[in-house]
Amino acid sequence: MKKKGKEKRDKGLSILFCSAVYLFLFLPLFVVVANSFNATTTKPYLSWKGFTLDWYVKLWSNSSLLESFGNTMLIALLSTLLSTVIGTLGAVGIYRYKFKGKGIINGLLYIPVVIPEIVIGIALLTIFSNTGVPRGMLTLILSHVSFCVPYVIFNVRARLSGYDASIEEASMDLGANRIVTFFEITLPVLAPGIAGGALLAFTLSIDDVIISYFVNGQTKTYPLKVMESIKSGVSPDVNALSALLLLGTIGLVFITQSGILSGKHNKV
Amino acid sequence: MSGKTSKHEFRSNTLPALVTVGPVALLLLFLVVAPLILVAVMSFCKTDEYYNVVYEFTAANYTKLLSVEYVKIYARSLLISFVTTFICVLIGYPFAYIIARTKSKKKKLLYMLVIIPFWTNSLIRIYGWRSFLGNNGWLVKLLTLMHLADGSAELLYKTGTTILGMVYCFVPFMVLPLYTAIEKLDGSLLEASSDLGARPLRTLIEVILPLTSGGIFSGCIMVFIPCLGYFFVSNILGGGNTDMIGNLIERQFKSANNWPLGAALSIILILLTILLVKIYQKLGGDMDSLGV
Repeated sequence: MKKKGKEKRDKGLSILFCSAVYLFLFLPLFVVVANSFNATTTKPYLSWKGFTLDWYVKLWSNSSLLESFGNTMLIALLSTLLSTVIGTLGAVGIYRYKFKGKGIINGLLYIPVVIPEIVIGIALLTIFSNTGVPRGMLTLILSHVSFCVPYVIFNVRARLSGYDASIEEASMDLGANRIVTFFEITLPVLAPGIAGGALLAFTLSIDDVIISYFVNGQTKTYPLKVMESIKSGVSPDVNALSALLLLGTIGLVFITQSGILSGKHNKV
Repeated sequence: MSGKTSKHEFRSNTLPALVTVGPVALLLLFLVVAPLILVAVMSFCKTDEYYNVVYEFTAANYTKLLSVEYVKIYARSLLISFVTTFICVLIGYPFAYIIARTKSKKKKLLYMLVIIPFWTNSLIRIYGWRSFLGNNGWLVKLLTLMHLADGSAELLYKTGTTILGMVYCFVPFMVLPLYTAIEKLDGSLLEASSDLGARPLRTLIEVILPLTSGGIFSGCIMVFIPCLGYFFVSNILGGGNTDMIGNLIERQFKSANNWPLGAALSIILILLTILLVKIYQKLGGDMDSLGV
């Protein structure tokens, strides 16, 4: 009886502690959402002046904000696509073939992952400025690809380690060539790893502040637009856009989660 | 049949290896290796009076790094990163333990709830903290209402505020590797330990912690190192009072325009990273658990 009571108390403490941590994690999001309904019109937009939905309307006429958001999405899509292709090919090649310098490549992949982002940012800025590459969309995409590729490779590699290569041999024995085998056999097996890598790449790209800050030139991404406005006070339409995005991502999470729970594909 | 197999074996692997690994190799060469080498070279360069980089050898940038003012900033950076990492372990470990070992059906949801906030732009969340803590902020108002503070209390621009922001940014990087390590923990070992008479605390120290130390180490690396470079957190919440090495580097490249000095500071950060990763590997840390 005494043990039961203790267990109950422990459980209560656990729930209390976890709730506090979740509160900590979500608190600034509540502030962001609350401020998107703030009727204040004077900088720095901090004191509460009543409830309004105006910012959700005004948002659509803030062309520089929308443009920066468009840039972020374009950069994220392109760099996710590129890094997923490069990373998947690379992971398969590194896993399958013997070649000189394999150990070096494996080692170099950890650099963008462990070195502080600011160092990667200034290093890319230095090389772009020394080689005369004009800073803007192109340098942003190249930079994002460079830090996303290792994550894609790690995800695909995790999938490869449990992979039975004999099914590829079987495919080729049955007359399929290398390319058909890659698309029909290898890719479907690796798909969950590739999808995980791509999702991670996309997330890293849309949220990147530090590296983009150094290589952007005149091009503004959404995080950089936020950074710029922080000095004078973030206007509530920026909060409104963030709130909409939050709603979108939460919706997306629940759709994919319920898909994962009901689907049987990920049991391969 | 044997004829066919040998045909595969004789197929040249050079072209497929080149096609698959080539793009990654080029990417690493031009966007990782070359830039870092250039930074190393630049750290030994002079600047002219307009702060253009002049490629002539000097060690002056490194001697400048030894000035008292800078050493203070390194000390503060290490302190902030250390305290941040420590608090992340204190919060992250029990939290990861509870959600990894829960028998609740909502386990997956509990895990996702850690990640969801991180899909909203990190700057705007840090700004959320600033408006929450600021002198017109909700916390001060709340504390004033409760007669715990007067309206002019200043919670921003202190070392503690920067640490709060850093903990906020990095706690998930501690929770996720810990979650993975704790989830792998074999429950029967814990039962065996308690059946053999160990009290919970002893089980924790002698069974649970040693078996999950890999998760702790990788969490610490994933918090401590990037924390040194997160200049925007100390910009927004520390207001220039809590400059760290990342702020110094940012300033050399963005406003002071002394790139060689910034490069030398970056080299220090790289060397520190290498040192920490070596220690991590010595402790038996697996590089692959630093990925996500």
